[in-house]
Amino acid sequence: MKKTAIIWQIIGLLGALLFPWYMVQGGFFSFGWVGGIFSDPENASAFAQGLLHQKWWLITSLLPLVGTALALLFIKNTKLLAKFLVMISIAGLVLIFAQGFIVSRTGARIFADLFVGGAGEAGQVGFGAGAFVVLFSQLFILTTGFSGLGKGRGDAFIVGLIGLIVSLVGVFVFFPVSHILIQAFEGPEGSLGLSEFFDNFTSSRIWGVRCLYEAKSCGTAWNSLFLAIMTGAGTTLLGLAFALIATRTNFRAKRLLRVLTIIPIITPPFVIGLALILLFGRSGMVSEFLNDYFDVEKTRWLYGFWGIYIAQLLSFTPIAFLVLIGVVEGVSPSMEEASQTLNGDRWQTFRFVSFPLMRPGLANAFLLGFIESMADFGNPLVLGGNYSVLSTEIYFSIVGAVANSGKAATLAIVLLSMTLGAFLVQRMWLGKKSYATVTGKGDSGQHASLNPLLRGFCYATAIPWAIFTVIVYTMIVFGSFVKLWGYDHSFTFAHYIRAFSINFTDGIRFTGVAWDSYFTTLTISSIAAPLTTIVGLATAYLLVRQKFVGKQVFEFSTMLSFAIPGTVIGVSYILAFNVPPIELTGTSIILILVFVFRNMPVGVRGGIAAMSQLDKSLDEASITLGANSFTTVRKIIVPLMGPAILAALTYSFVRAITSVSAVIFLVSAKHNMATSFIIGRVENGEFGIAIAYSTVLIVTMLSVILLLQFIIGKRRLRRENRIQKHTKNKVAQA
Amino acid sequence: MKTGLKLGLAFSGMLVAFPAMFFAAPALSDELNMVCSNEQDWCDLMVANFEAKTGINVAMVRKSTGETLAQVRAESSNPKIDIWWGGTGDPHLVAAQEGLTQASGVDTSELQDWAVNLSNISDGKTIGIHLGVLGVAYNTEVLAEKGLNPPACWMDLTKAEYKGEIQVANPNSSGTAYTELATIVQVFGEDEGFKILKDIGENVNQYTKSGSAPSKAAGRGETTISIGFQHDMIKLAIAGFPLAIVTPCEGTGYEVGGVSIIAGAKNLDSAKKWVEYVISAEAQNHGPEVNVFNVPSNKNATIPKEAPPIASLKLIDYDFATYGSSETRERLLARWDAEVGDPN
Repeated sequence: MKKTAIIWQIIGLLGALLFPWYMVQGGFFSFGWVGGIFSDPENASAFAQGLLHQKWWLITSLLPLVGTALALLFIKNTKLLAKFLVMISIAGLVLIFAQGFIVSRTGARIFADLFVGGAGEAGQVGFGAGAFVVLFSQLFILTTGFSGLGKGRGDAFIVGLIGLIVSLVGVFVFFPVSHILIQAFEGPEGSLGLSEFFDNFTSSRIWGVRCLYEAKSCGTAWNSLFLAIMTGAGTTLLGLAFALIATRTNFRAKRLLRVLTIIPIITPPFVIGLALILLFGRSGMVSEFLNDYFDVEKTRWLYGFWGIYIAQLLSFTPIAFLVLIGVVEGVSPSMEEASQTLNGDRWQTFRFVSFPLMRPGLANAFLLGFIESMADFGNPLVLGGNYSVLSTEIYFSIVGAVANSGKAATLAIVLLSMTLGAFLVQRMWLGKKSYATVTGKGDSGQHASLNPLLRGFCYATAIPWAIFTVIVYTMIVFGSFVKLWGYDHSFTFAHYIRAFSINFTDGIRFTGVAWDSYFTTLTISSIAAPLTTIVGLATAYLLVRQKFVGKQVFEFSTMLSFAIPGTVIGVSYILAFNVPPIELTGTSIILILVFVFRNMPVGVRGGIAAMSQLDKSLDEASITLGANSFTTVRKIIVPLMGPAILAALTYSFVRAITSVSAVIFLVSAKHNMATSFIIGRVENGEFGIAIAYSTVLIVTMLSVILLLQFIIGKRRLRRENRIQKHTKNKVAQA
Repeated sequence: MKTGLKLGLAFSGMLVAFPAMFFAAPALSDELNMVCSNEQDWCDLMVANFEAKTGINVAMVRKSTGETLAQVRAESSNPKIDIWWGGTGDPHLVAAQEGLTQASGVDTSELQDWAVNLSNISDGKTIGIHLGVLGVAYNTEVLAEKGLNPPACWMDLTKAEYKGEIQVANPNSSGTAYTELATIVQVFGEDEGFKILKDIGENVNQYTKSGSAPSKAAGRGETTISIGFQHDMIKLAIAGFPLAIVTPCEGTGYEVGGVSIIAGAKNLDSAKKWVEYVISAEAQNHGPEVNVFNVPSNKNATIPKEAPPIASLKLIDYDFATYGSSETRERLLARWDAEVGDPN
């Protein structure tokens, strides 16, 4: 313990002494601050700021750092030392944040008398490199101290990880979200009260049930709930069918099927809606065809529940598939063989052995589909018709002609409580059973193949769906090569040339209008994806493998940012991170952060599903053999988590590229994103260039995903992933 | 194990790249941070022309008016934007009322009366840049197929033959639709106006969220008739969709696009130069190069021939001071909800 604490202590002291405390003009890595680390009042380190530049309050908040150093030097009793470290570093963290909030850009907000004269009145800017280094060192000294007190079995790595994730979620999820939720209780004059909240909350526009007894539509809450349940169930079912085909049958075009199931998540959201309109809208191809040949009347049936539902099934089935494939693969063949040995037929084996073992996967897939549907904004906007849902209502409460942030916050609370409900139901269904099937015991088993009826059912659901997906995507690619999609279908390259032209006359110059946002988008998402994966899987590891106080609350809190519609997250990030101490608006870092913390739940859910299958004895064996928990994670768990890692990486990369609502408020002139560019073009009626851009994005993402699959490869759980031949099964039963 | 190693390598590579972006601070001097709510091409062209003329470096991003207003509100304690150019005048007026923008004090003597009017009612905080006329569009092909007569007046839209054929936005979410609501109330008087709105409502197949969506739907034949701003319709017609545009015979309303300097702008001088530039005839004359066909606000600018011929159109005397105030707006919208109403 002491060694770890000393290392963090040294890092902290270096941070306070040699790194600029505040944000640096031109960026940290320009290293323009190096020369002025003591003398320059803007770039100086914390100690220099405090001693030479009148920022005395920095010295007080750094005293705890000196305190822990003294404790480490002079206290010999380990227990006593740990206690001191915990207390002093908590004081340090509190003091650093307190000064950041008290002294803002324009001077002190409270205790103004204390800060009269000098630098205190002038105010300070946001935290820079030095501040972050010191904060991290204090945090880890704290967690090391905790582990020294025997918490978390005295494992410094585990306690550190818990501390890190709790503080990250606290700062980047709770802190911003609380800014906006509090507005639900704000009265007209900024006073806080419950009456405003209840007026909004009990409105019949949210909870009305008129659809039950007359031809009116129900409240938005019921609409959203019904849609989300249907989507959650539908995507889970389709995802399961795909996963079973991919792992339990000898279907020939498996690879194609896998690609097909991935494409929809890599599609910018409104594109699917548009393609559906061109197929099934009142003047759509299918409608025209049916009208011409079968005299079916052309109607607007697509605009409403069915349109949104089909679009959401198309968009979210892949998520269910990504979660389920790892789980279905992981179910141990020896269990299935045991069932068969006991004379169970293939249906019984599936129904009573394989299926129950897949429950964590099913539950997590459903939860993700449910939440995605709740927070989805693009599809209802394009296809919603008069079926209004919470997410679009929230968006227009913020940006509509009559902006009402209180109403938006109230609706967000309604939406969150439904998510919480779904989460609790999921927990109850899973119960406390063990789902571990990947154990250290050798098994040379083969997966039971599906019984014919079930296989037929899988084919019957998945294959038409796959064909449908192919048609929709053919439409999209086609749309990018024609003059005016849906009207003038003469062939042209014009959209691609405008968006992606390159000039080779003097060197390579990217002259197309889309290049700028294209490069920004790729950079930001490739930074965000691995970070999301790390944070997500680390959280999953803690949730599955470790026991600590408040685990349930912690688990739900990690889902929070995912469940809130992007618009709300976007506005809350501006409210929270536009002013010191953490000032991030207008940078690319705010985009990265919003992606990491918005998409981490997928990593968490996928990780939990996959990790519940890994037998704990594998970890224990490793620990018994003398490895610490870090080594265990690195050498045992990570390699077995291949599919989950791949899923998380893929998903977070893709989501960072295709998400719209959260980034609309956060993109800035220097860091524009592809989706915001595309939306602008669509608003302007330039569909051709928007669809050409989307096609390029789809191709880009597909290549990246295939590359990732190639690099990470397949985990090999058994010597071979085989499926029983039908004949063999008969023999076994005979 | 090999997998773990590869992953480790990949992750550490990313982790090195990450902090590289972490401490990049924004804001350098002698530049201008702009949010543009006009068409993307128009934004790009103006920025290029302005940079060439003044040498000021413009960082620009395009966002819709509602999104911009929400962002300006959220950032009010520490604004990151200097100037907001384009989009309908309503949200600019709201921003002026809430003190989110500041007076630019530029010379408005060359401008049309309606542009000066916008400046006057906002205490100079927003200045008119162009005029957009409200109109009705119909899909000529679908109309012929259904054997319907083309509408010519607001009253025509109440006819039973158009049942389920009209699309318009919801005034609660769309400024375009609010302009339509206010126009009909101003043309027919409030009580009569709401009766007409209710009758038109009988024919409406969907109240969309966004103001430009109905015309796009009409272009594709998803609805037959749409109500919206004519410059949106002209653009779709020029792109090739079979849309015909009508200015209702009883007279129609209009919106005036605005340009505002954000209160607390960090590059105030550059922002003022931008305002001066975009209201000059020289700058406004470039519009047709990128298919911008609204009526420019400078008297000396040439009006593009595709623009609605405002001299021959019957424009009402739109009362921005009354109908732009939040009090009137809330009252009219409450009445709309009660009497016309979205079906949910």
